Amino acid sequence: MLLKRKEPKLLLPRTKDIINLERRFFMRQTLTFGALGLLTGCNVADDSSAQKVLDAMSKWNDKAQAALFDPNKLALTYQESDITDPFPFNAYYGEDDAPEVKEEGYKLELSGMIDKKDPWTLDKLRALPQESQITRHICVEGWSAIGKWGGVRLGDFLKMVGADTTAKYVGFKCADDYYQSIDMASAMHPQTIIALTWRDQILPRKYGFPMKIRIPTKLGYKNPKHIMAMYVTNDYPGGYWEDQGYNWYGGS
Amino acid sequence: MAQKVLVHRLYVRIFHWLNAIAIFMMIASGWRIYNASPIFNFSFPDQITLGDWLGGALQWHFAAMWLFVVNLAVYLVLGIATGHFRRKFFPVTPGGVVHDVNDALHFRLAHDSHDYNNVQKLFYIGIVLVLLLTFVSGLAVWKSVQFQLIGHLFGGYEGARIVHFAGMSLICAFILVHLALVVLVPSTLLPMITGKGKAFPKDLEKNHVA
Repeated sequence: MLLKRKEPKLLLPRTKDIINLERRFFMRQTLTFGALGLLTGCNVADDSSAQKVLDAMSKWNDKAQAALFDPNKLALTYQESDITDPFPFNAYYGEDDAPEVKEEGYKLELSGMIDKKDPWTLDKLRALPQESQITRHICVEGWSAIGKWGGVRLGDFLKMVGADTTAKYVGFKCADDYYQSIDMASAMHPQTIIALTWRDQILPRKYGFPMKIRIPTKLGYKNPKHIMAMYVTNDYPGGYWEDQGYNWYGGS
Repeated sequence: MAQKVLVHRLYVRIFHWLNAIAIFMMIASGWRIYNASPIFNFSFPDQITLGDWLGGALQWHFAAMWLFVVNLAVYLVLGIATGHFRRKFFPVTPGGVVHDVNDALHFRLAHDSHDYNNVQKLFYIGIVLVLLLTFVSGLAVWKSVQFQLIGHLFGGYEGARIVHFAGMSLICAFILVHLALVVLVPSTLLPMITGKGKAFPKDLEKNHVA
């Protein structure tokens, strides 16, 4: 969801080992800067102190973003002619490694604080009222691209299956070991959709077949692809990148 | 011994140094974030960036942001309320600027930390405006949906990114000139720490304070 467009690095999946290594270097750097005495008032000799301050600030930023979020404010929409072509592929692995999910036998699993947990086939989802949007996908790296997605409003779907919409989180499990979670307010936003199509065609594998959660009010990494299961919970579920240090709220 | 006068008030000094720390952290982490997806055909050397990877740089950037914003807000409120800006930054006249630039080019412009010349006034007003521009364009990048009205001012998200980058560049240019002048006129450094500096005769006549 967030690697570079032109980087050869895309071909080499950023494995957890590499990320852990990077994280270790990061810790060491916070120690160096801590030693400069930039963060007064905490024990900067302990490298985890600086990191604790940064983690606490990231949690504070979750709250700040939730407070800034206006459930009625819509992301800008664009014209067909504005669509970025080709739309960049992005994930933590290369395009060839995108998971191949077969429609045959596929069912979206539901769990957690949801009344009707019967799994959903794609055809059943396609029979529900569909929406489409042309919006800007903004990557945490800074680049952006405009795309067109269509599908079912997530908020309508959650109400239909009897989800407890007073719960805090909606979580997603993906076919590529990616996982993600969002706040309930963002899940209920009118532009948050279970995207089944890309430019009016069935969502292709590279863009997340069988479905992608498209949230134009959040950064790219908060828009998981290849969704296999969805759940509602009050227990913080984290996310693939968040558990390595990205901000959880990730709002736009 | 030369008479000492108050050159910089305490709140100005606190603002200055907290701002220096915040700006350093924001620029160094901002370069790392920029490197993740460069707008132009170059990257910053990773060694001079802060955060060590994109996720770390983002943590630094959005933590330092609060120090920067709260500190700047307090400075602006106090600066306006106490009349500090009015007394020290104004008036600036075009004729005065031309005159003082000419003097500066001929190395005859006194760098007085107490009673600013027109070039200093223009510089200090300018950097406050650049800090505000960088902050506002940063808001439009950070929250492009919630602050989309601000984004419109800059031609949308991608425009705001470029303005944010330009603001950073201007801040860097300011810092270079600012530090060069401290090297040229080292006596300006201590007053920003202790507050006290050498009195110019005209200060004693006017008997005004910073």
